[in-house]
Amino acid sequence: MNIMNKYRNRPDAVRALVRDTEVHKDLFIDAELFELEMEHLFANTWVYVGHASQVPKAGDYITATVGAQPLVMVRHGDGSVKLLYNRCPHKGTQVVGEACGHAGKFFRCPYHAWTFRTDGSLLSVPLKKGYEGTGFESCEASRGMAAVGAVQVYRDFVFCRLAPQGVGFDEFFGASLSTLDNMVERSPEGKLEVAGGVLRYMHHCNWKMLVDNQTDTCHPMVAHESSAGTAVRVWKEAPAGTPKPMAVELFAPFVNPYEFFENMGIRVWDNGHGHTGVADSIHAAYSPVPGYWEQMVAAYGEARASQILGEVRHNTVYFPNIMVKGPIQTLRRFVPIAADRTLVESWTFRLVGAPDLLLERTLMYNRLINAPTSVVGHDDLEVYERAQQGLHARGRDWVNVGRLYDPAERGQASVGADGTSTNGTSELQMRNQYRAWARYMDTTEAVE
Amino acid sequence: MTAFSPQQLSDFVYAEARLLDEQRFDAWLDLFTDDARYWMPLAPGQQDPLLHASLLYEDKLLLRVRVERLAGARTFSQQPRSRCHHLLQQPSIEHADLDGGSYTLRTAFHYLETRLDAQTLYAGWATHELVVQEGALRIRLKRVDLVNCDAAFGSINLFM
Repeated sequence: MNIMNKYRNRPDAVRALVRDTEVHKDLFIDAELFELEMEHLFANTWVYVGHASQVPKAGDYITATVGAQPLVMVRHGDGSVKLLYNRCPHKGTQVVGEACGHAGKFFRCPYHAWTFRTDGSLLSVPLKKGYEGTGFESCEASRGMAAVGAVQVYRDFVFCRLAPQGVGFDEFFGASLSTLDNMVERSPEGKLEVAGGVLRYMHHCNWKMLVDNQTDTCHPMVAHESSAGTAVRVWKEAPAGTPKPMAVELFAPFVNPYEFFENMGIRVWDNGHGHTGVADSIHAAYSPVPGYWEQMVAAYGEARASQILGEVRHNTVYFPNIMVKGPIQTLRRFVPIAADRTLVESWTFRLVGAPDLLLERTLMYNRLINAPTSVVGHDDLEVYERAQQGLHARGRDWVNVGRLYDPAERGQASVGADGTSTNGTSELQMRNQYRAWARYMDTTEAVE
Repeated sequence: MTAFSPQQLSDFVYAEARLLDEQRFDAWLDLFTDDARYWMPLAPGQQDPLLHASLLYEDKLLLRVRVERLAGARTFSQQPRSRCHHLLQQPSIEHADLDGGSYTLRTAFHYLETRLDAQTLYAGWATHELVVQEGALRIRLKRVDLVNCDAAFGSINLFM
């Protein structure tokens, strides 16, 4: 048995896992690295928690997991959103047991009825006299449920950084926030609501395989030939004059030729964020929804409305673990559970004030592509799980991310931020992610 | 209008499950009307298939895509193939309109799906809305309510 740590307290060994055009297989299969990701990467970065529309009224809460940390996100009495560790300071019991609910004015632990205000502070303890003269006031327990290091609500998207100190929100995301801006602006009222429930799909693979896949534009025509290709073929057999079904419109672009994906472009920003679909995307040619354009023009004017709807960004990765699709209003979260286990949550949004048909289309897309029953998702999961097994093979230790590598890309804070983009089949965004991975895994940085 | 006896109605539900277990998918598809839907809700008691997510809500075209995909040479997630097994309780007749030729049956089931060494058990209730077309029973709606419909699942590859 190897009792030496391979990576803990060895920042040089961790850094050496990321090369210019390849990353070491241990990123995907090593349990110790997974632990270090939970301790450092998911504490040092800004991680998506939930959407403010999920907690509209004071006392409303949802639970979420950031890294390995169980959290509760709650609307406080003053209207602010608080993020607390879901742990009673007394014995450690998780105070909240439901995925969402309403706490009223306070949380009450089910074990000994200690209560906490929705900012986490201790409200009451039964038989409190028993703590008199025990130094309770100076104990950790008297400080209530702990709050996370930092919270930022950006246009109703709630992010947190578990570490009290570290990179600021604006510095971390920079201009990448334009994808969230665009999704919000697609509502004539400039407002989104989480709607339609969440699809949850369990994957026996590493979470980073899913993140990589979001900007992998060389796989759809291969892995999804069996699903999208079959959909196109079955549709061709329909009698002439049959209106093209929404489902076919959603499936068909997955089997567009390589050239389409090359031309759609890719753009990246510092700290691991980036998106495919600059000039074109698989979401660009959907049928217009009656009444929507008129609503957008009334809200924004024709020029601005045209600009908003002209953004056809395909997949925007917000490092470390979400992906956003503005044109089809979905957000996917890749929840890491173990080195070889990831829960994929696929969320959908209503564009407030827009026709219901847009939400219907969003939900159909999510069901066809992201559900545990999805014929597209099945083939993605198959290749991830085969990789999770295959990476244990000896003889090859590295995963290649070198497609269309340009040595000049390394020093640039962002590529394509000025509107230019590169060939959409570049693995630029994967390299960008791994550079960020190495930066935020750096255990020599200040982390509490 | 031909009236169908309770035994004939139950036999129809059993035969449908047998077609699935034997993977005779083309014959299975023929049991559905052209305007049929196959629905697996995501939420207990779900009423809305369009403005709330479902595990499946498919018309005959999408069911045809699934069936043809399963037979494809490049359907990698079905190499090797899945197999399935239905265990049905006796259906109860929830509604019968003998003159109009429509019936609703509810059937508790256990469903197993296997692939490689993994075997997964699902349990729930199937609701069949049947109509009579050209003297034969056809499915207009098959609704599958899993007891844990809102759980996180792995891949569900075949049909319950």
